Amino acid sequence: MLDRIRSPWLSFLLSKAGELLLALCVLVLLTFLLVQLVPGDPARVAAGVDASVADVEAVRIRLGLDQPVLAQLWSYVTGLLSGDFGTSFRTGQDVSTIIGVRLPFTVSIAFLAIGVTLVVAIALGLTVAGLTRGNRNRWLDVSFSWLTAGFQTLPTYVVGALLVVVFSVTLGLLPAAGANSPESYVLPTIALALAPICSVSRVVRREAANVLEQDYMRTARGWRISLAKQYAVYALPNLLASTLTLSGLVLASMLGGAVIVESVFAWPGLGNGVVEAIIERDYPVIRGIILVLGLIAALLNIVIDIVLATIDPRTLRSGKASS
Amino acid sequence: MTVLTAPAAPAAPAAAGTRRRLHPILLSGIILMSLLILVAIIAPIFLSDAAEKLTSDTRLGPSAQHPLGTDEFGRDLLARALVATRLTLILTAFASAMSVLIGVAIGTAVWIAPVRVRKFVLSINAVAVAFPSLVLALVIAAILGAGAWTAAVAIGLAGIPAFVRLTANMAAPVMGRDYVTTARLLRVPKALVVVRHVIPNIGEPLLVLSASNFAVTLVELSGLSFIGLGTQSPDFDFGKLLNDGLASIYAQPTQILGPSIMLVLTGLAAMLIGDGLAASSNPRTRRGAGKATRTGTLRRSTLKTATPIAPAMEGAAVSVRNLTIQSASGLKLVTDLSFDVAGGEIVGLVGESGSGKSLTAMALAGLVPEGVIATADRLDVVGHDMLGTVTAGSLARDIALVYQDPISTFNPALRLDTQLTEIARSHLGLSKKAARTALAERFEQLRITNPERRGRQHPHELSGGMLQRAMIASSLLAKAKLLVADEPTTALDVTVQAEVLKQFVQASRDLNASVLFISHDLGVVEALCDRVLVMYRGQIVEELTREQLRSRTVEHPYTKTLLKAAEYVEGVR
Repeated sequence: MLDRIRSPWLSFLLSKAGELLLALCVLVLLTFLLVQLVPGDPARVAAGVDASVADVEAVRIRLGLDQPVLAQLWSYVTGLLSGDFGTSFRTGQDVSTIIGVRLPFTVSIAFLAIGVTLVVAIALGLTVAGLTRGNRNRWLDVSFSWLTAGFQTLPTYVVGALLVVVFSVTLGLLPAAGANSPESYVLPTIALALAPICSVSRVVRREAANVLEQDYMRTARGWRISLAKQYAVYALPNLLASTLTLSGLVLASMLGGAVIVESVFAWPGLGNGVVEAIIERDYPVIRGIILVLGLIAALLNIVIDIVLATIDPRTLRSGKASS
Repeated sequence: MTVLTAPAAPAAPAAAGTRRRLHPILLSGIILMSLLILVAIIAPIFLSDAAEKLTSDTRLGPSAQHPLGTDEFGRDLLARALVATRLTLILTAFASAMSVLIGVAIGTAVWIAPVRVRKFVLSINAVAVAFPSLVLALVIAAILGAGAWTAAVAIGLAGIPAFVRLTANMAAPVMGRDYVTTARLLRVPKALVVVRHVIPNIGEPLLVLSASNFAVTLVELSGLSFIGLGTQSPDFDFGKLLNDGLASIYAQPTQILGPSIMLVLTGLAAMLIGDGLAASSNPRTRRGAGKATRTGTLRRSTLKTATPIAPAMEGAAVSVRNLTIQSASGLKLVTDLSFDVAGGEIVGLVGESGSGKSLTAMALAGLVPEGVIATADRLDVVGHDMLGTVTAGSLARDIALVYQDPISTFNPALRLDTQLTEIARSHLGLSKKAARTALAERFEQLRITNPERRGRQHPHELSGGMLQRAMIASSLLAKAKLLVADEPTTALDVTVQAEVLKQFVQASRDLNASVLFISHDLGVVEALCDRVLVMYRGQIVEELTREQLRSRTVEHPYTKTLLKAAEYVEGVR
């Protein structure tokens, strides 16, 4: 009886909050274990091969590795709760400061690319599905399949490098590196979005081909409204749900792609930060950035689920949008 | 209960005897991959010297001796790209095998484990899946340090959660199948059930996914090398070569060419194998690519008939002459159909399934489905020449359609009023609010409870009978001149059928509209229609008035059979 009174949205959001909490716990544990699991003596690895015994002991104390494991976990968690992510071994900066400086660059490029991906992939997939209905325009069908498959296999960094060669080195139109002007967003966004556009537009096209043959689309055709309206108002909502369900992980994985793209374009974001830190064995920085990246990914997934539930309220009932 | 919800489980393995030739996409993928493996074996044997030895010929441009030029240490760039194939393929194969094998093992093991363990493992796994695998690989690389094999382990481990989920999800419907239940009842051990029944059933889709996983692994692994966390000097794979090339992109932009092309070819080979496997396991995509005919069209007949076209009946709202509908392959589904419907008249179209009733109705409304072509000498429908150019707006208002299955006819993602007021808003120029109010009034007229609230609901919240009444309400709103109803009550419970039919007839009287009522139920047609057309195999075999039908004065043997069947059903009821 209580379930009937409670709104489905409330229980849906509660379960999403639970998922977020679980993800957060897993992330905290994972980043904590990151140091513990280093083979051999983590303090020795962090200090470097040629460090003296005294240096190694100093690092051991800074990492808290001289304490019992549970005490280490306790101080790690209480530190996080008070916003203390530790300080960088290399620069002595607060990790929270490093994250604060780098986070906006990663978030802006990742979300820009996700937006571009969704808009372009949906428009492209829907158009191709419409044009190839009932086996017509075979040439479009074939070239779409081949082109998207081809560009999908082009890795982000190859696309990035080729874009740099063409637009920066040869034509001199756009900056090759850095994030100093609005134009510097163009190439990284294209590089990051190209492969996801290909894979998502294939999903959209397949789903759209299915949606366009549904009875309710025949109903809409019976209303004699413009083709654009049929597609945008009556096909799109049905398409969005399955597209987001099937490509939600592609969108979340673009965060990983962002790490790579940052490397190509010397982008001052979290990805470049974490790669440098891994090479330098700067554990507090690694921990902090991984935690933040993981949290963004978890939030992104939950946002996708909430958008899904808004588009298609039937997913509210099942409680779980993505299968 | 109808079996509409077929399980989304993989199709049963292809029956013996249907072994067919390799799908062309699969074949090209296998050929390309074999060539790459050949390069991986041969290139390091013959080209290591050119690829690794330092010479004084630094940074040469492309030449006959060095097709792609040389790098800053005078090493041949083409040779380096070819030699790198071996390490790249080995690392990729290792990492993707790791993801697939461990993932499938865990994914099947959870079905052997107790329910609680399964739920726990899968919910932790759900968190891991949502985590971008490249970021997870960064974590593992941070623990193990940078290096070729640690990168392979990192990417391999990071790929496991996806396969755990896929395997567990695909195994779920199989675990619910009857033969598995039977095996369980026979006390066959759970582990044996999983190995004997589940794995063979999900093998094919797993193979497809493994192939595409290979492509993903390749890209991610080279990505780690590219950002400096994978293969370290002096070893090199494609990613490392790209990294070196990018460092000197201004000095020598051609340096990234070799590894880029090799990387794309390798990825393409894996994708082609995956797509080819998927295509050959899905019989739908294997249909012959015959000459594409433009279907879904309605045209004036081009064939000159010997007899002149018969004139329309006096005061006819609908006049059809020689309507012929054929499939793309030329099969005639409806042949030379001619009939008239007078203004305000209710005409029934009866016949068994597949006799062409629905196609006729759709052609009448100008909604010829994909896959068929309709032609006619005349198709005049409430003042519109359907064979000429029609005015979309007035056509949509004048012809109202009520379809067979209300559940599939309504758009599941949109509220009822959005759909039912579309004509009123687009073609009558009503505002959103006015249209909504008008719809609520029509709902009330049809005694639909809570008219305001109903409009704000989604189709799945209403019963089938309620949806059909809502559809009738929308035809009232548009003031339709012709109602075309394609078995409007077939999908409904017997208890609500009568009510919906009554409202349908009432609506047509209120509108003074003509009705084309399609049914296979002679009892319903007899009660409702002024005139009945009997269709059999795409042709009208008999035309009866209501009186003729009531007195059973029928000629055609098919009509007699239909009547007998109807009486039999009546008797059973």
